[in-house]
Amino acid sequence: MMQRLRLAIAGITLSLCGLLAVQDAHAERLIVSVSNHRVTVTPNYSGEELVLFGSVEPEANAPGFRGNYDLVVTVSGPRADMVTRRKERKFGIWVNADSRQFLNVPSYLAISSNRPLDLIAPPDVRRRQQLGLDNVLLTQRVGTDYADVVASDPFRSAFVRLRTEHGLYREVTSAVTFLTPTLFRTGIPLPAEVPIGTYDVDIKLFTNGALAARTQTAFEVVKVGFEQFIANSARHHGLLYGLATAMMALMTGWMASIVFRRD
Amino acid sequence: MQLYLPIADIPINVFLILAMGAAVGFVSGMFGIGGGFLLTPLLIFIGISPSVAVASVSTHIAASSLSGAMSYWRKRSIDLTLALVLLGGSIVGTILGVLLFTYLRTLGQLDLVIALSYVVLLTGVGSAMFYEGLRAIARARRGGNPTLRRPGSHGWIHGLPLKMRFKRSKIYLSVIPVNAIGLLIGFIGAIMGVGGSFILIPLLIYVLRVPTSTVIGTSMALTLVTMVIATVLHAVTNHQVDAVLALILMVGGVTGAQFGARAGQRIRGEHLRLLLGLLILAVGVRFAIEIALRPDDLYIIREAGGA
Repeated sequence: MMQRLRLAIAGITLSLCGLLAVQDAHAERLIVSVSNHRVTVTPNYSGEELVLFGSVEPEANAPGFRGNYDLVVTVSGPRADMVTRRKERKFGIWVNADSRQFLNVPSYLAISSNRPLDLIAPPDVRRRQQLGLDNVLLTQRVGTDYADVVASDPFRSAFVRLRTEHGLYREVTSAVTFLTPTLFRTGIPLPAEVPIGTYDVDIKLFTNGALAARTQTAFEVVKVGFEQFIANSARHHGLLYGLATAMMALMTGWMASIVFRRD
Repeated sequence: MQLYLPIADIPINVFLILAMGAAVGFVSGMFGIGGGFLLTPLLIFIGISPSVAVASVSTHIAASSLSGAMSYWRKRSIDLTLALVLLGGSIVGTILGVLLFTYLRTLGQLDLVIALSYVVLLTGVGSAMFYEGLRAIARARRGGNPTLRRPGSHGWIHGLPLKMRFKRSKIYLSVIPVNAIGLLIGFIGAIMGVGGSFILIPLLIYVLRVPTSTVIGTSMALTLVTMVIATVLHAVTNHQVDAVLALILMVGGVTGAQFGARAGQRIRGEHLRLLLGLLILAVGVRFAIEIALRPDDLYIIREAGGA
């Protein structure tokens, strides 16, 4: 039932997007670029900040639109299934009692905008465009149903809060700076414990509370060199890797007993 | 100096890890234990995921038990026969433990079982050792026989069939309790991610009456083999062994262990047991507090399928 409803909503949203796309052809265009499309994780990696630059190209024959552009940038990292567990007191000790599974949710999520989201768009638009941590779709498995729940749901808010504490989720409503009325920039901070994979950057331009233009770009976070070699060997040649590691341990132990031998 | 770990996927301070390895190595060299029960919680505390911590610590223990075992081998204080019979049981126990581990992980209660087994085993073994150490010291004070005279007469354990002779330990014993102890250690080790020598050593001394001269060397030889097996198994099944983390840990560990072993030789046996008992008890109590007090955060996030 829930799923069918979702499908219907998705269908309506899609057709709406189609309509919008037709209108977009006559509206503003967004041109963006990320400072680095390939973040390499090397042994001395300890976090990095990317910069997203872009400009709004107003419609050529638009008669001097001097309105306020609003911009929301959503960066979402590789998706994964995660479980949130809640502890409860049972028989005098704290045990994991209840749990919720979050399906295919972004492991990294950063939302940046030029001003508070509630000033940019009305609630229904924010919900539809998934603006902000409260509105991003985080699908939970609730019993046999798959659905997102209200932002105040304790499991959902705990999930977002814990991810935020680790620097993996963030929402900064002052992170987008307009350098000129049409030129903008924002930073994308990647934490030290950055998930490896492809990151999608979704840039949405709003005028007067309505979506005016949208564009997407992406970058990837990859391990290179030594890090890549170790990670690949561990994943694809488990037995060899295990034997090599065990040999390394034995060599170290043996060397130590020679170096420190007293008798 | 920051270094990004390829499997744990976080940057760590090399000197911090070296120091942790050395500190735990010192303790393990001093008492002849692997130190997994100290190192694994420490690594988890600095933010390394439990599965990577357990898997990489087993590699570290393999290295430190080899360097320990070699010096005991030169002193001819390893009972190979005893170690082999123990190993037979331990392999079966490890397999059973891994099966239960996987089952508990699907139930989502692995954390609790690990915490509870730490509490029960560590406080139990710790208080027993502490009490025994106190009694031995009191005996020495009274001017009685200061050497550990293992109390009690030969019990029912010595009446079991299938007896065999363990030459170096100078005991004549049924293989049934030896295998059973091996099984128990393998089982506990697989679930708690520790070598289990802190349980094995008291069991060998008090239940099997193995003389103290061979007990530590034998336990180290057993730990060495089980930890090498565990490293390879972890690498094959979970891909969670971080070789870089393990290398830093073991370099610190083997160095610390040498100094620990020298320090240990200067301390009297009963004082050593008293100290070790206190240490084990402290870790056990810490785990007890953790599950008894209301946690700072009631919620935790785990990758689905992760521990």
